[in-house]
Amino acid sequence: MNLPVPQVCYIPMLQHTGAAAEPVVKKGDIVSEGELIGRALGEDSVNVHASVPGKVIDIIDSRFFNVQQKTVLIEAEGAFTTTGSSPSELNDWRNKDTAILLEMIRTSGVAGLGGDAFPTAAKLTPPDGLKIDTLIVNGAESEPYLTSDDVIMNTYPREIIEGIQITLKIIGISKAIIAVEDNKKPAIRALNEAIKHIQPEEKISVKQLQSKYPQGSEKQLVYTLLNRVIPNSEPPQNSGVVVINAGTIFAIREAVLFNKPLIDRVITVSGDMINRPGNYKVRMGTRISEIIEECGGLKGVPGRIVIGGPMRGISVDDMELPVIKSTSGILFLSDKETCNGDSVSCIRCGRCVSVCPSGLIPRNIAGAVEKREFDLAASFHPEACIMCSCCSYVCPAKRPLSYLVGIALESLQAEKVIKG
Amino acid sequence: MPQVQEKSDLISSPPHIKSGDSVKSIMWTVAAVLMFPAAFSVYIFGLQATLVTGVCVISGIAAEFLCQILMRRKIKVLDGSSVITGLLLGMSVPPHIPLWIPALGTVFAVVVFKEFFGGLGANIFNPALAGRAFIMLLQPLEMSSNWHLFPNGSVIANKLVTAGNFTSEAFLSITGATPLTILKNGEKFALDYNFSIENIYDFFITNNILQSLIIGNAGGCIGETSALLIFAGGLFLMWRKIISWHIPVSFIGTMALAAYIYYYNTGNPLPGFLTLIHVFSGGLFLGAFFMATDTVTTPLSARGLIVFGIGCGLITFLIRIIGGYTEGVMFAILFMNAMVPLIDRLFKPKVFGV
Repeated sequence: MNLPVPQVCYIPMLQHTGAAAEPVVKKGDIVSEGELIGRALGEDSVNVHASVPGKVIDIIDSRFFNVQQKTVLIEAEGAFTTTGSSPSELNDWRNKDTAILLEMIRTSGVAGLGGDAFPTAAKLTPPDGLKIDTLIVNGAESEPYLTSDDVIMNTYPREIIEGIQITLKIIGISKAIIAVEDNKKPAIRALNEAIKHIQPEEKISVKQLQSKYPQGSEKQLVYTLLNRVIPNSEPPQNSGVVVINAGTIFAIREAVLFNKPLIDRVITVSGDMINRPGNYKVRMGTRISEIIEECGGLKGVPGRIVIGGPMRGISVDDMELPVIKSTSGILFLSDKETCNGDSVSCIRCGRCVSVCPSGLIPRNIAGAVEKREFDLAASFHPEACIMCSCCSYVCPAKRPLSYLVGIALESLQAEKVIKG
Repeated sequence: MPQVQEKSDLISSPPHIKSGDSVKSIMWTVAAVLMFPAAFSVYIFGLQATLVTGVCVISGIAAEFLCQILMRRKIKVLDGSSVITGLLLGMSVPPHIPLWIPALGTVFAVVVFKEFFGGLGANIFNPALAGRAFIMLLQPLEMSSNWHLFPNGSVIANKLVTAGNFTSEAFLSITGATPLTILKNGEKFALDYNFSIENIYDFFITNNILQSLIIGNAGGCIGETSALLIFAGGLFLMWRKIISWHIPVSFIGTMALAAYIYYYNTGNPLPGFLTLIHVFSGGLFLGAFFMATDTVTTPLSARGLIVFGIGCGLITFLIRIIGGYTEGVMFAILFMNAMVPLIDRLFKPKVFGV
């Protein structure tokens, strides 16, 4: 379901992991829908486009998400030339050079929609000498509450398959695995149906995974599907795998087929405190306050408002924050859902140990950090932590375990910087 | 949205949802589950049993409260842990013991073995067991007598007498003794009162001693008599994921296996039967399900828990059957409590990606 176009869009220049884009418009400019307004600065940056046609009413210095960055304000007016009409002709991607396809993705500003918003073009160009053999399409919802990937796979299975074919061509391989959790039966059926129409030389398969967080984490996914362990010190590509989220595959297809820049995305609006939860297609730059209004308002004061998922997302109190490329969901959680309580002493129940997907003993790392014994904490391998926060979730003593493990990790990294 | 910003804990590190379990809810669930065998013991032993557990629970709470005031600690007496200590200790003493003894044991358990170590979570030994060991050494006689005399004739002793095989002295020494004591001292009894050890086995069988142990109307501590209720409570705690299967299974399994092998190899005519008596008596179930599973004093990893359980089972076997002491569960768990740091060091989970 589409949410209405906001009157004013707030479009930050940093919507992704990496360096911010540089604004190429100035106050008073008239922009068309999908026009480039921020140019990527380098490989780890991503282009930013106007989500709505209209007038640039201001470029402000903002501090969204704790980062100092320029934000372009566009007041909507004029015709929706990109999304308003269906494209008259589709690009014939099969007969295009892969370099051109890659360039289309780069130009369209596609970034990973699973939550980290890593520049997709960079992900599809592995460093020289590295052999990639498998594309994993991550349809295992990255976190509880978030269901946008499920909705996309269920509604657009053929488009997903086509997006995979395009991605395979760009990487230059033929094997793709779509990983879907086994509680998403309709999506699995739809994808399997769509696969029947592909060429036999394209080896695309659907694999069912147990519905279990953090199943969608890259390391866990690669291990579950291919039995490959990604060393903590190396990027996932080194194991010969590229992992791309299902929603991003959909965006890749749109970029390549219609030259459509990434100006909207599906987000999950959920939590006990919102009146009409659901998955909505939202334009980048739509503010939370507008989303609350369109979703029927709040039932009361939320215990916490989260951008992203409940396990890794960030809590916010500014309702003027805009939706950006990395916004996978907005949650309005009640106090009952957050289940906060005072932190008490560890009773050594071992739950953090049994849930840790990395085989860590979170209570030991946390205990060492609390005693400021950072060397000891570092010896417990905090670098293996994937920040899934499962330890904090299960802890009956309500100790901030994942936060403390994060500190251990930071101190370890700081140490490395100091020692050179 | 001004009202949104009024909440102080709106901004926090992830995760933003947490499981509903808390230390408090865990402790009170265990306490509630323990109430069932405690209540059943009233039915078996009469109000005296309630009095013993009641005194233990109250002295446990009072001792913790006073201790936390004197030590200027945060008052955490409502977390329910001293209630569990009181219940466990009250349930592991003879029902007719003078009340001051278990009360002293509980106070000692809570003050010395919990609060002095730093409070809940920092103690090395299970407080209830440590307290019990203390009064066991202080008042060994009171702790190994004071068993209940069943009004309608003790299932074991009375029937032994009516069968006419025993003298009245034999009756007196066996009356009220737990099946384990009878088993332990069987040869001595046989020698002293001129009957054969097989007589005891016969009477165990003809008088359905195993059934009595499982249901609970046999001599013993308040909490050790109903293996069935304790087992049911243990299953409930497993279902609630408060305890895991590792320790009860490895503890009881090791004990049973070792006992069977021993009896079998020593040519005993009834190895299976005697093994079952050992399994269902002497507080093995209470120990394995409620004391050895105390998370504070047990290892962290699954493998560690199994090693801990095996250790408990072996030591219980050694003390009970090879050694000279009737009951081994308490010391087995206390020994293994001391081994926990070592077990934790040796049995860590494998770190992914290292």
